[in-house]
Amino acid sequence: MSLAPARFSACPACDAAPAAEALAARAPAPGARLLVSVPGVHCAGCISKIEQDLTRMDGVNSARLNLTLKRLSVDAKAGIAAQDVIARLDRLGYEAHEMDAGTISMTETEKQGRDLLMRVGVSGFAMMNIMLLSVAVWAGAEGPTRDLFHLISALIAIPTVAFAGQPFFRNAWRALRAGRMDMDGPISFAIILTLFISLYESLLSGAHAYFEAVVMLIFFLLVGRYLDFRARAVARSAAQELAALEVPRAIRLEEGRESTVDVTDLTVGDVVLVRPGGRVPVDGEVVAGQSEIDRSLLTGETLPVFSAPGHKVSAGEVNLTGPLQVRVAAAGKDSSLHRMADLVANAESARTRYTTIAERAAAAYAPTIPILSLAAFLVWYWISGGDLRLALNIAVASLIITCPCALGLAVPAVVTSASGKLFRKGLLIKDGTALERLAEVDTVIFDKTGTLTMGTPAPTNLDQHQGEASRVALALSEASSHPLAAALARALRDRGVEPAPVEGITEQAGYGVDGIWQGKRARLGRAPWVGAEARAVTAAYLAIGEETYAFTFADQLRPGAAEVVQALQAQGKAVRLISGDVPAAVRDLATRLGIADWQAEALPQEKAQAIADLHAQGHKVLMVGDGLNDTVALSAAHVSISPASALDAARAASDMVLLGRELSPVADAVRMSKTALQRIRENLWQSGIYNVIFVPIALFGFATPLWAAFVMSISSISVTLNALRLK
Amino acid sequence: MEVLVILIPASLFLGLLGLGAFVWTLRKGMYDDPDGDSQRILDDRYDDKPKPVDPED
Repeated sequence: MSLAPARFSACPACDAAPAAEALAARAPAPGARLLVSVPGVHCAGCISKIEQDLTRMDGVNSARLNLTLKRLSVDAKAGIAAQDVIARLDRLGYEAHEMDAGTISMTETEKQGRDLLMRVGVSGFAMMNIMLLSVAVWAGAEGPTRDLFHLISALIAIPTVAFAGQPFFRNAWRALRAGRMDMDGPISFAIILTLFISLYESLLSGAHAYFEAVVMLIFFLLVGRYLDFRARAVARSAAQELAALEVPRAIRLEEGRESTVDVTDLTVGDVVLVRPGGRVPVDGEVVAGQSEIDRSLLTGETLPVFSAPGHKVSAGEVNLTGPLQVRVAAAGKDSSLHRMADLVANAESARTRYTTIAERAAAAYAPTIPILSLAAFLVWYWISGGDLRLALNIAVASLIITCPCALGLAVPAVVTSASGKLFRKGLLIKDGTALERLAEVDTVIFDKTGTLTMGTPAPTNLDQHQGEASRVALALSEASSHPLAAALARALRDRGVEPAPVEGITEQAGYGVDGIWQGKRARLGRAPWVGAEARAVTAAYLAIGEETYAFTFADQLRPGAAEVVQALQAQGKAVRLISGDVPAAVRDLATRLGIADWQAEALPQEKAQAIADLHAQGHKVLMVGDGLNDTVALSAAHVSISPASALDAARAASDMVLLGRELSPVADAVRMSKTALQRIRENLWQSGIYNVIFVPIALFGFATPLWAAFVMSISSISVTLNALRLK
Repeated sequence: MEVLVILIPASLFLGLLGLGAFVWTLRKGMYDDPDGDSQRILDDRYDDKPKPVDPED
């Protein structure tokens, strides 16, 4: 299926190439349907607040919030971008993420879901009507009346099976042609054989016809299929869509002229321009300009690094303050981004395909169905001395009773229940087998920057700077897009500080901002530049005339981080912290969270290696990370989680995505996965026990259609109820 | 037993009617957002006047 999201890419550029084309193709649309994921909505108040506010927004025709999918669909005129909607939601107090509207795949998924639901409905209604007639037969209708009822049942059952049974027949046919044997083969065989024998019996006015059992079997199996499909469809669409598209373009400088080209067209020696706020598209050396570079996604370093001619930069880093001209040293396949993609691909192929518990159960169970009924047929044929009709009847009875009605529901019911509960808590399961894998985890590895912390610095000593200093600092910091300046400006604004009227504000890329205030020179920036004494902690320095001030910063903890570490340790998991950041920062955070086992300055390969070593020792690792430097580790781990703020490459490589800012759902997920796996096991045992009891009854020839209907409904319902018990 | 001549077609007809209703609700997308629908009933915006008809529906 084309719907499956690309399993990896550590190379956003390579990934986005088709996306760029799609973007270009979509561009001239006169108005568009925007899709935004809003993980925080939960009540009627949210619905009316968001819908009413957005309908009032200029250029928006209508907005509708889907609470089940936590997704807002906005019908807007051209010119309105998802970013505008997100900003508006942000003001309302809702966190939102853009979704790739991939409208085609969305409607395709919806169509498939409706198609399955339609088949569920048709078989359900047919089942009820046939059951009405069957109850009369079971109650003692005899002779022509019974035959008439059987024939009317056949009249309903045959078209129903022909329509509702198609998914099974199609799968069985595909498997048969490929020479495989899966669950749908025996199921289709049972359905068709039972239908024909029942029809034959009804025409010869026989006592037993299994029309209701056949339709009931289809109904329950389809319900299981539908649940399974929904769980996957919700996850799939939501994971795809969180993608913030990055168009792989670069600005090439040719004799002083700028031209926009594809990254793939760049050659070594070209000079590209990287504007402030832009991502460096290639590996290379700075030839002109001064700026600061944010390397957090590549290395996990929180602090921006100064960059000037002669310094090396790598693809994927973000240029912060001033324009840079970079001479290409490696582009495309040779760049560090691409090497990372290769590492991810290697890690992926090393990860063996996981066989789920349902697959194992089906593999063990599938052959027994035809074998048992064939044995019943042969034995009874021999005992009865060649009574073909009796032998066939018993064979059919055992066939329909052994059919894995509850088995089809056992796993999807639990997975649906669990993933629904986790989704409501803010965790999205992208991969159907992830829950099972998560239950086996005994070691949890966290990344630091962007995972345990928000990855954004927050000022820590604003109380020491009142009045004049804070007002001047606000005026200067608002002129810069540097992360420290932006954080400072936001924090000061939140405290109700008004900016001082500073004049002649200019930004010196790579150093800071300066201006004139009351005839005195005011500067905000690096310590040597403003003339202040540098401190050991992260800080921005302000100088007004001769007076200097230091604003210190610390990376903010992600909400719920401390609780998650505690909860995981309480559950007996080993918790480790592996970061690419400097030892001091990592040690500090590890002590604050109570993580004894930490490692700093780890390269992407080293992170993956640490996981591989643990796997070799028989441990199962859960990796939680967000950066490009984590993608290799994420794909190497037994199961992986990334926050929604992570780079799309990291999200694509992980099995689950945290939708909100909170980290706490991670601990819930680990706990829930254990109970879910236990419920699955219970369910499989339960459906097995029904068979152990009723198969002998069928084999000895005592089974009647009433028994078959009874066993099927009881086992299916008990399995579903057990799944709903999940807390 | 002659009553069956009427009752059986009647039950089949009612069954088909139910199926038809189901198909209609499915086509109208009434199963797309069960959580939202259960919450929307608490919305008091259209308590005194009906919601204006959306031309798309």
